[in-house]
Amino acid sequence: MNTIVDRTKDIGEFIPQPDDDMLICRCEEVTKGEIRRAVHDGMWTITEIRRYLRTGMGLCQGQTCARLVKGIVARELGISMAELEPAAARSPMRPIEMKVLGNEEVTDLWQ
Amino acid sequence: MAVVNKADVVIIGAGIIGCATAYYLTKRGKSVIVLEASDNIGNGGSSRNGGGVRQSGRDPRELPLAMYGIKELWPGLSEELGVDCEYHKEGNLRLGKTDKHLEILEGLTKRANACGLDVRMVNADEVKKINPHLSDEVIGASWCPTDGHANPMITTLAFYRKARMSGARFITGEPIKTLRRVKGRVKEVIAESKNVYEGEYVMVAAGYESRKILETVGVDVPMHQELMECLVTEAQQKMFPQMLGTAEADFYGHQSDHGSFVFGGSSGIEMNNKDIGPKNSPGNSAITAPCICRGIMKYFPELEDAKIVRTWAGYIDICQDGVPVLGFVDDVPGLVVACAFSGHGFGIAPAVGEQMARLITDGRTTVDISGLRYGRFKAKI
Repeated sequence: MNTIVDRTKDIGEFIPQPDDDMLICRCEEVTKGEIRRAVHDGMWTITEIRRYLRTGMGLCQGQTCARLVKGIVARELGISMAELEPAAARSPMRPIEMKVLGNEEVTDLWQ
Repeated sequence: MAVVNKADVVIIGAGIIGCATAYYLTKRGKSVIVLEASDNIGNGGSSRNGGGVRQSGRDPRELPLAMYGIKELWPGLSEELGVDCEYHKEGNLRLGKTDKHLEILEGLTKRANACGLDVRMVNADEVKKINPHLSDEVIGASWCPTDGHANPMITTLAFYRKARMSGARFITGEPIKTLRRVKGRVKEVIAESKNVYEGEYVMVAAGYESRKILETVGVDVPMHQELMECLVTEAQQKMFPQMLGTAEADFYGHQSDHGSFVFGGSSGIEMNNKDIGPKNSPGNSAITAPCICRGIMKYFPELEDAKIVRTWAGYIDICQDGVPVLGFVDDVPGLVVACAFSGHGFGIAPAVGEQMARLITDGRTTVDISGLRYGRFKAKI
């Protein structure tokens, strides 16, 4: 997307909220408060939040929480959800055993 | 045009090298602007590597940096940055399955010993004592007890967080087009957006992209890109704490604090891979992750049922001679180069950042980096 963002922009203080202990990413057990705090630590993109907290990095790869995380980050930054790029989806689509993934047919690449 | 974007040091590239240097510079009282082309901090190799913090197997020219980092910086890093970087100093095993492998490992071990590093060969029994999960195919290994691993994504973002808290100004989504000299000194940094930044020093730490930027002041680092790929499993029981590699370079990796195994590797055709991913997030080739799996299962048969949840890819900026280009450049005052890390950048990043901050503020480093200077490249005859 490449939007110029100055990370020194003032987004206000972190203000605790009563439901900060609510679980948002169930696979990795990350709470709303942890996500909000990470934004104040400077993690302003979904990719950075994922790498910092592991949200959406568990078994479901964010299929459950992606939208919720996006909403929380957008609200904290005071921007619209549409301004946040989704994190990259990566193969495999479902968790797959090593012995299965490693078992494809090996052929001569240059045949 | 009035320049408002001024700092003591302008750093191009918010990977772990740029973020670490920014942090150590702010600690020394310097004002810093860090410019990142991507929308994300640490979006290149910094977040895509296997997390090794190693000295064994490293070139004697970069070994002093690796050893300095592990002795002086890594042990206290989590505390200093206020974020758990998941650093473990519990050794590195480089595994061998054939006599040829052992020969390679013995060569690496001898070279490292000559530089004063404690690394030694271990036989099949000893290696199984260190790591009981290994297959019987493993007949020996090199063992460096002071090597280890850390979480590269968190460490990169922890340096960013702390540098930002200490006043460094980070700007993302700002690709750089040219550097410009003012009265002979590299001073101005001009972005594709036409924004201009000005520093007493300009540091270029933008991975492979450094090449195009440096060319604008006549500096050409001989390097190319190679794709490396990684995979991560679901969380497993705690099995072992060492960092692993193999003589054959089939794969490398470790078990993270989270319990998942992170393994990196290649298919063998990386030199001529087709670039299939979007620019900001390189794509995997279909043949690589299965190849890494086959490699892992030969060494760790019991991992065959571990489920892969995610794979990813990243570019390594490989230098002509396999070690980074670091420091000032003769006849180009004001410029600091830190690129071409050749896949070794993560482990030495704290040391590089701290030493670059010393170089910029004191005019010299305390670790010998003379073997990494830009001026080392000469025609062969």
